[in-house]
Order: sequence, then structure tokens, then C-alpha cells
Amino acid sequence: MDLEYGPEYNEFREEVRSFVKDNEGVNLIGESLRSTARVEWQQTLIDNGYFARSTPKEYGGFGGDIDILKTRIIAEEFAKSSIPKPLGGQGIQMLVPTLLELGTEEQKQAYVKPTLRGEIIWCQGYSEPNSGSDLASLQTKGELDGDEWVINGQKIWTSTAKFAQMCFCLVRTEPDAPKHQGISYLLIPMDTPGIEIRPIKQMTGDADFNEVFFTDVRIPAANIVGKRGEGWKVANATLTHERGSLADPDVMQNRLYALIDLMKSETIDGERVIDKPVFRDRLLRVQGKVLAQQANALRLLSSSINKGQDTTMARFITKLIGTELRHELEGLAIDAMGEIGTLYEDSPHLRDSGSWQMSYMYFLGLIIGGGTNQIQKNIISERALGMPKEPKVQGV
Amino acid sequence: MYFGLSEEQQSLQDNIKKYLEDNASLDTIKEVAGGDSAKAENIHRGLVELGISGLMVPEQYGGLELDMLFASVVSGALGSGTAPVPFAGAYVMAPIALSLGGSESQKETWLPKIAGGEAIIGIGISEYVGAREDAAITFSDNTISGRCLFVIDAKNADAYILANKAGELYIIDAKDKGISVTELVTVDKTRPSIELNLDKVVAELLPGSEKNQEVINKVLDAGRLMLSADSVGAAQIMLDKAVAYSLERKQFGRVIGSFQAVKHMCAEMAAELEPCHSMIWYAAHCYDHDPSQARLMACHTKAHVSEVGKQISKTSTEVHGGMGFTDELGLHYWFKRIGLNRQLLGSPELVREEAARIQNFDQSPAEGQGNKEVGNPLLV
Repeated sequence: MDLEYGPEYNEFREEVRSFVKDNEGVNLIGESLRSTARVEWQQTLIDNGYFARSTPKEYGGFGGDIDILKTRIIAEEFAKSSIPKPLGGQGIQMLVPTLLELGTEEQKQAYVKPTLRGEIIWCQGYSEPNSGSDLASLQTKGELDGDEWVINGQKIWTSTAKFAQMCFCLVRTEPDAPKHQGISYLLIPMDTPGIEIRPIKQMTGDADFNEVFFTDVRIPAANIVGKRGEGWKVANATLTHERGSLADPDVMQNRLYALIDLMKSETIDGERVIDKPVFRDRLLRVQGKVLAQQANALRLLSSSINKGQDTTMARFITKLIGTELRHELEGLAIDAMGEIGTLYEDSPHLRDSGSWQMSYMYFLGLIIGGGTNQIQKNIISERALGMPKEPKVQGV
Repeated sequence: MYFGLSEEQQSLQDNIKKYLEDNASLDTIKEVAGGDSAKAENIHRGLVELGISGLMVPEQYGGLELDMLFASVVSGALGSGTAPVPFAGAYVMAPIALSLGGSESQKETWLPKIAGGEAIIGIGISEYVGAREDAAITFSDNTISGRCLFVIDAKNADAYILANKAGELYIIDAKDKGISVTELVTVDKTRPSIELNLDKVVAELLPGSEKNQEVINKVLDAGRLMLSADSVGAAQIMLDKAVAYSLERKQFGRVIGSFQAVKHMCAEMAAELEPCHSMIWYAAHCYDHDPSQARLMACHTKAHVSEVGKQISKTSTEVHGGMGFTDELGLHYWFKRIGLNRQLLGSPELVREEAARIQNFDQSPAEGQGNKEVGNPLLV
């Protein structure tokens, strides 16, 4: 056990701190996606090695070595400040690593740099109305016609579709192959004729998701990542990454601090909520769970820099436990406020801009999204515990 | 940066597990539970040979002077084998109490004997943690009178270290005529529980503990970590056994482990349990290297692991169906071990209250401060 990062890293942390301090005045609130100010800020972060650190220079990255501890230090120091954070999203987290690993030279040249700079926003076309948990049963059709793919079908739960220039999309191109082998991974420009977007208003009141309809959408044949029929493999290279990022234990820690603050300031009959034993015990239970998750995250961090440390189980459980725990934490804040906890939107007496109700509902969405937590339990039992798959039942 | 067990820690754990597999089979455990104390003593001697008695004793007194992570690893292995031997009290809490609070002559008298496996010291501090009934001790004229409940590792002990409500520690010789020992029958037949009734028993204060709760708190934190590690070791076995059983047992023409209802029970157990290993490692690390987090982590680990252990001991039994309920299968030894660990040195509710006090949640100012004065224990 050695939790020190070492002197080299202490020095690096000081560097990051001084960058953060020098740039605390940068304010991008109100700047739209792809605005010049945002793109310039992304480029500044890349130039300093605080974003796209290990992406090769030729594709628009910083060109440094892969160093997980440095990446971690950057995230920690940025999290402590109001400095604008690097852009995230599915293009950066999922598409870029996929292209770097499996894309053609032309695809890397065309897409990686502008995606990292925030000039191209991506959306993910995976789920369909009849293909949710059973994603591999998807039916959106792609047929090769000369040197073009012709795409017909419908995607759902597509976040950022309204802002996106591009979509990375799973499409059935080999209808006669077994379901996992009949899918291809295509890159679709969102301004192609035949694409229609309809927002889905969700329980929080926002519309973060959309339905996307494809009618005779024609894209170049070269817009495929990997070979025909290999789309499932290509997509799975990055799905595990998405699951890990859904419940960041450092964010959870910040929410826990906010919850403690809330329970110290809210009162019932003049007595602080935190002084009521039943509420306090619920708070402490949640705190214990958060600490357990953080210890688990520390083990995962360690395994990513120390080869041979087996953390299969520790990795598979993070989405299941993390999303459930966030939902519980946000829900406790609502209970601590009582009736006040139900206030929403721009109501008088609203606390913390309504973020507790918003997150409480949002994390219910995340319990379902990214592979439902029931699917997560299948994955844990099958891949980590070695239990068999449920036998197929025909025609039910 | 490396978060995990070292090769030495891993191999110590493997050695103890192997020893228990070879020498403390379920049949042997059943005989011990039935009253065969000679068999228990054989297992105990074998483990002393492997070094469990000297782990926490400083080198100058003949011990190995290892850290809390080593002790946790041993405790986990003992829990997985439901080992019917003294450990948390006699070989962890007692040497820590003497090392931190003892006089030079107390250390010289006892520490070499502990290291050599020649002395067992029982630990009675439940009055400090939370007195039940009227159990309390009073010290005057160099003697102790009163009653101690649930003294840990006290069977056939050579001495006892006891705490009063203020957390001051005293050592008494087990041969003193003023002591009467009553064995309490708990559900866990692998580790005896003892009640002491004391009438003017000659007692020596551990001078470092006088008007200073730091010593007893270190002893208590260590004990809580040992019980937590024991429970996690036991819970891991219960999960492993549930999965293995579900892959053997067939109903409706297939193994029950192919039904989602059963798979999801196992996945839930695994998801709750896996972080507990890391939590214990981290708490043990803090015990030795981060005093600002040590107490908070020890309390939270004890509470959290107890909750998870309780859930797993129930769910694993359910996965085994009717067989889980039988003595023949013997799953109940682990169930009961976890059950006793949960209550010893503070139940989850009690320990969480302590965690709240450590963070000053009970003091009115600090509004809008969160617990930032405590810091983030896991952001290194």
C-alpha cells in the first residue's frame, strides 16, 4: 500500500494549481457550444496538456505519454475551482477513443481534432424503440447502394441530437447474419437530408433526449468504422467506459458535503435536521456507502497503473452501486427538507436551485440508462461470477 | 501509487487460509462447537506457529511489528475459515494497549509472552463503548470491583485488560481469587464470550491511558477493524458458497444459478461486498498513516461492513434454500460469526453516532461548512 504519488507528481500538481489560479477569471457561462470562446478554451487546455493529454499531436492532442496519475491530478485540481472544465460528452468519451483504436487514417484526420476542439458535437445512435436492454436486436437498416449507405429506421434516447453535427450509429447491414454479427458502426452527418429529430420531454421537465428518424438517408460508403458486421465489437470497445463515468465518486463526495450543509441549515421546530437522530443516522449510512465507493475507486485507479492487479469485479459493479447510491443521497436531501423538498422550477423558498429534485429524478434515469441496473446484475453474475446466461425461450 | 495488498500480505493470507482448510474443516469446527476445546487449541497452536500472536508486538519485545493491514489480512482469513481461535482481543488489541499505554515493566512482562504465544489477554471494554444492564467497574485502592460483559478472547486467559467508562485501562491477573468467570452462550460457538464478576481484584493502571482516551481509542479502532475484516472474510465465503451451490443444484431441469432471480441475488451480494475489501484496506492504511482519518474510517468501516455482512448472510442462506437452514451444510457458522461481529464493540447505529460526533455534527456552529474541516478522506 502506497498512496503517495511521488515528488514528480507533486511538482506537476503545483504546475496545474498555478495554471488553475491564473485562469480562474475565465468565464464561459452563456457561451454556446462551438462558440469561438469555447473552442479557444479547449485549445488552450490541449496546448497545456490538460486535455487530450495522451492523444497524438498529429490528431490534435497534446501528444504526451499516457499517465493516469497526471490525468487524475488535473481532474482533482480542476474540480476544486470554478475554472471552466474541459468539454465532455459522448463524442469525446466514446467516439474519439474508438476512432483512435479502430478508425482509418482518413477518419482520424477528419474527426478527432475538431471533436477535441469542440467544433464537432456528436450524438450516439444506439437504442431503438424495440431494442433497449437487448440492444443487439436493433433493426435500423443500412443498405449499400453504389458508393453510398442508405439508412432507414429510428433511434431513441439520443442525447444532444439537437446540437450534434455527427452521429455514431449502429445499423443492421447484414440482415442474414446472426444478430451480433449483422451490425455496422456508421458515421452519419446530422445535416444529411432525411433525418428528423423529435425531442422527448422527460420527468425532470427538460428534454435531454430525442427520437431520431432516418428516411432514405444517404452517406458515403467510407463512413464505416471497422468492417461490415463488426459494429457490435467496435461499440463494445467504449461501452464499458460510459458505464464507469456515470457515477463518479468524487462528484458523489461533493454532493455529500452539500447534503451535510443542507441538513445543518434546514430546521424543524427550530431544531436542525442533522440533530434529529433518525435523519442523522440516514446521513451517516449514506456517508459510509460513499466512503466504500471511494475506496473501490482508489483500487481501480491503482489497477490502471499497476499491471496485474485484478479488478474485474470492482469495475463491473460501479455503475450499479454508484447510480443507486446517488439516487439515495439525493432522495435523503428531499426528505430532510420535507414539503420544501418538493419545490421545483422557480418556486419561492426553493433550495439550491432545485438541484436535489432534479438529480433525484435524473439518477433514476441513469439507473435505467447505460444498460439498466438489472442488465448490470446479469453482467456481474455472468462475467464476474461465472454464472450461466438465462436460456432462450422461443416465441414468447 | 499502489492501492492493494503487498505480496507478503497476500501470501500470509493464503498461508492462513490453507492452514485452516487443511486443519479446520467444517467437521472439525462442528466438533469444536460441540465442546471439543482440545481441537480448538490445536488449531490455535498451529496458527501461532504461522505468526499470528507476534504480528502487532514491537520487535524489541520479540514480535514482528507489522502494521494494521497485515492484521486485517489475518483477521479476514480467520473469518473465512470461522477459525475458533483468539485474535482480535488477545493478539491485536492487547499488544496495542500495552505498547501505547503500558509502563515499561508491563510491556516487559507481557509483550514477549504474547509474541511467543505463551499468554492470552482478554479485552473487556464494552462499558466504554456502551454499557448494558448495570455492567460497570470501579477502581479504588489499587483494586477493581464490578462486572464486565462480553470480554473478548477471555476464555483460559492469563490476564484481562479492562476499561472503565472514562476509557482508562487496567490489567488484572486472571488467577486473582476475586474473579469469577461465567461463560456466556452466544449463537457463535466458534468464539467464546465471557462475563467477569470482580470483587476487589488487584489491578494495575496502564499509565498511558490515565485521563487520556487516545490509547483506548486506538485499541477500539483496531478491534473494530479486526471484526470488520473477519466479517468480510466470512461474507466472501458465504457469497462463494452461494454461487457454487447455485451451479450444482438443479430444479426445473436446469441449475438454479441460471435463473435471473438467483443470479441477481448473487450479483447484489457481490456488488455490495467488493468495495468492502477496499474499505478495510483503506481504513487500515489510515490507522497507521493518517491519524486525521483513522477514527472516522474505523467507525464507518465497522458500520458499513456490518450492514453488508448481515445482508449477505441472509441472502446466501436463501440461495441455498432449505439446505441453507441445516446444520449439515453448516452455513450457519459464518452467519453467526457475522452476527456476533456486528454487535461486538458497537452495533452499526452506535458506531455511526460515534462517526457523527467525530465530525462534530452535534455542535451547532459550522453551518454552511459541511465537514470540510475533516477533509476528504479518500482524496490523496
